Amino acid sequence: MDDLLREFLTETNENLDRVDSELVRFEREPNNAEILGNIFRLVHTIKGTCGFLGLPRLERLAHAAETLMGKFRDGMPVTAEAVTVTLSTIDRIKIILDQLEARQKEPDGGDEDLIDDLGRLVHQTRPAPRPAAHQKLEEVEQSEATERFASHRSDDERGDRVVSHSIRVNVDTLDYLMTTVSELVLTRNQLLEIVRRNEDSDFKVPLQRLSNVTAELQEGVMKTRMQPIGNAWQKLPRVVRDLCTELDKDIDLEMRGADTELDRQVLELVKDPLTHLVRNCADHGIENAAERLAAGKPAAGTIRLNAFHQGGHIIIEIADDGRGLNVARIRAKALEQGLATEAELAVKSDTEICNFIFVPGFSTATRVTSISGRGVGMDVVRANIEQIGGTVDLQSVPGVGTKFTIKIPLTLAIVSALIVESGRERFAIPQLSVLELVRASGVGEHRIERIKDASVLRLRNQLLPLLYLKNVLQLGDSDGQEGFVVVTQVGSQIFGIVVDGVFHTEEIVIKPMSSKLSHIGVFSGTTILGDGSVIMIIDPKGIAQSLGRVAQSTRDDSSDRDDREEAWADDIVSMLVFRAGSHQPKAVPLSLVTRLEEIDCRKIEISEGRHLVQYRDQLMPLLRVDMQSSLKQEGGQPILVFSDRGRSMGLVVDEIVDIVEDRLDIEVSSERPGVLGYAVIKGHATEIIDIGYFLPQAFTDWFHRRELSTDQLQRRVLLVDDSAFFRDMLAPLIKAAGCHVVAVGSAAEALKALKSERGFDLVVTDIEMPEMDGFALAEAIYAMPNTAHLPVIAITAMVSADAVKRGREVGFHDFVAKFDRTGLIAAIKEQSSDIDRAA
Amino acid sequence: MTAMDDNPQHTDYVTFSTGGQIFGLPIARVQEVFRPARITRVPLAGAHVAGVLNLRGRIVTAIDMRNRLDLRACEEGLVPMAIGIETRGESFGLLVDALGEVLRLEDADIEANPVNLDRKLASVSAGVHRLDGQLLVVLDVDRVLDVGTEAAA
Repeated sequence: MDDLLREFLTETNENLDRVDSELVRFEREPNNAEILGNIFRLVHTIKGTCGFLGLPRLERLAHAAETLMGKFRDGMPVTAEAVTVTLSTIDRIKIILDQLEARQKEPDGGDEDLIDDLGRLVHQTRPAPRPAAHQKLEEVEQSEATERFASHRSDDERGDRVVSHSIRVNVDTLDYLMTTVSELVLTRNQLLEIVRRNEDSDFKVPLQRLSNVTAELQEGVMKTRMQPIGNAWQKLPRVVRDLCTELDKDIDLEMRGADTELDRQVLELVKDPLTHLVRNCADHGIENAAERLAAGKPAAGTIRLNAFHQGGHIIIEIADDGRGLNVARIRAKALEQGLATEAELAVKSDTEICNFIFVPGFSTATRVTSISGRGVGMDVVRANIEQIGGTVDLQSVPGVGTKFTIKIPLTLAIVSALIVESGRERFAIPQLSVLELVRASGVGEHRIERIKDASVLRLRNQLLPLLYLKNVLQLGDSDGQEGFVVVTQVGSQIFGIVVDGVFHTEEIVIKPMSSKLSHIGVFSGTTILGDGSVIMIIDPKGIAQSLGRVAQSTRDDSSDRDDREEAWADDIVSMLVFRAGSHQPKAVPLSLVTRLEEIDCRKIEISEGRHLVQYRDQLMPLLRVDMQSSLKQEGGQPILVFSDRGRSMGLVVDEIVDIVEDRLDIEVSSERPGVLGYAVIKGHATEIIDIGYFLPQAFTDWFHRRELSTDQLQRRVLLVDDSAFFRDMLAPLIKAAGCHVVAVGSAAEALKALKSERGFDLVVTDIEMPEMDGFALAEAIYAMPNTAHLPVIAITAMVSADAVKRGREVGFHDFVAKFDRTGLIAAIKEQSSDIDRAA
Repeated sequence: MTAMDDNPQHTDYVTFSTGGQIFGLPIARVQEVFRPARITRVPLAGAHVAGVLNLRGRIVTAIDMRNRLDLRACEEGLVPMAIGIETRGESFGLLVDALGEVLRLEDADIEANPVNLDRKLASVSAGVHRLDGQLLVVLDVDRVLDVGTEAAA
């Protein structure tokens, strides 16, 4: 391509982007002479250069636009229509330029439509008694036309003065420089490795110098690739303006931190996601003026963009002050699309539920607009951002607004990675997805436990699914008690990758994988280590997928089960199936089980007719499920350990059969104490064991239990308890009583849930909680106008006269002991009927 | 592919033997020959991929020619050589048993594959040259590298 033409295209494209943003400002401040002058000069430059290069079609169009801009500069009022027509003109100019770039000549066709529109605007709105002004303009144009070349040159000179310290460099050149420097860094690392092995090397000092210079060079080259994020924002004012017109909304766009710099490659990749998010804010987030005024907000909505650096990352926030995400609708949609079960949703926070919008194919928009709501987009946004090693988070407060936070690395070329060993091979795992490292051994605190084929690690009261890298990569079988667990997070999923060894972390340069290997999903690239060897980079996302396959296959089995309208019908729970006493299998929800242990029979002691065992420096009571079951006389006795707040109880079982993910349909409720009822699990009638029955037997101060009743209407109950154990135990109980339960772990979360979600009928809260206790929570609930009427039931393990007194003062509607389930159900029933009467 | 030499009448071939058979590659497609060192195995890759290695800062995918051409395993202790090929911006190394000399052969002398030639060999062969006492199979580089991306079973 002709150098002049190429130069023209580059420059004109830059100028056009600037015109876009200037025009929008112009519409808002029509009297700002400076902006007007800028726009006029830009259009004028385009026109002038086109004439010079012999591009008649473009020239005519730019000329028509320039004439109109000239009118505005002379004081003609700016109308919205005029701005729209001018913007269309600029779009047309862009189309012509694109064609010009592709074919090196102007496309055929004319622009009479636009030129007519522009001309009409010039004449229509021109004040009649000002022929002199018109005359003057003609003269100006005449003289300008003759000076086209000269003025173009003088513009250039003006430009030169501003940017006299910069030159234009082809992007490919910079990319090549970056690659070369990356190679240099690798070679330097190799040299350092060699010198480290030979202590008294003569190379040591000069190499140190080389090392420093390389580091400086690397930094320098990185800098050349840095561009202000504002470059990616340039088009946004125009996008928002067009949306305002289309949607009939009024939106201000505020941009802060536009000069924050990041790697141009990253910048390119983040451009589209940013635009999409802004469009979403404008379309879904911001309400129309009437709605806003009704909600007591200013008529004009605001979208705020903010960019800043934070520890090797750049953070970009996109916030609107609109209506916020509709959590209820997302929840319903997630359920409808089978993305989660009611039970899973019940324990998710609003933020977690909001994150469903990033799932492919998810869209809550009931109407499909041209702007968004087509079910494509948010998943692509997340995919694009994750592709460059970034993350996207969202926070939404109903009625207040939505904020997306994007976190991306400053540069893509070099990442920090953990070098691990598995099956005698080394692999790199990018640090970004690694949460922590845990050393697992057969004895110690962190033990890998095995439930049939699944390996798990209990880490701080969380059951972590484990994958052996050796197995995933088919490098042989792992027997697996020893090893390191790389705790990894992909999206919201946390899992452990078990490796044989961990070496160190190293800065690595990611190199694309050969096309012959790119089909292997568990690798994302290759790299050369400091010692010169090539190793594969593990893609945690690919690993997570193999985890998903395991979970998926068990879930498929239950998918064809008919949907019974049982109180528990929608809950897919992981059940631990075991045998004890009779042949009939028994099961408990896995989430209740703290550990699976096998203890030496000789360690079991008998005291006052109760079986006890020394367990973690405490005497732990052992209970039998029924009288038929007996303890083994020799060898290992398998037990299920249930723990809460430092106290543990062991349930004696004969054998552990399986872990099953299934719907829990309790079909026949049992009269037998200790058995909640029966359910069909994997085709077998299974007794569901009621742990709540056994706990009070183990400790006298754990409270007594009576029968439960199940004839409640569908109430929404908010359950607040800091102990996951009691949440897991009480939530199904309340659910079984016919209520819908949302369980949260703290008073703060409870208040958040009450603020963001309407429709709770009742709050059941624990008293003893860290930070904010049940008393304070109740006070806060009664202080908020829209929750002041809510009945609050307190549950506590210690019912003291003092506590009851204070509870009354605070205004608790009822006070129930934690294990008094009948009491709790009765209280819920009583409070509910109170609501009914009030309604 | 075979007529990439300047002289349309001749083509120079880099010859090598693997699994007891002699092969020729047009010299224009050969970047270099080298002794492969420290090949890193790639789990889950097909058996024809011997691994990846570092050749002066470039990452080279090593192709096990014996596996690729379905030839019998070589004698123990043989140190393989590698023929470097660049195609579409990627580097490959074909692992072979031994390198031979560079031969200039008349294009007119090339003969079509015999019909009973092994299927796998036939799929990558661009014809056969008759040398003194033995046959040289001319390989089509692109077809050699056109290996399926199926994972190892």
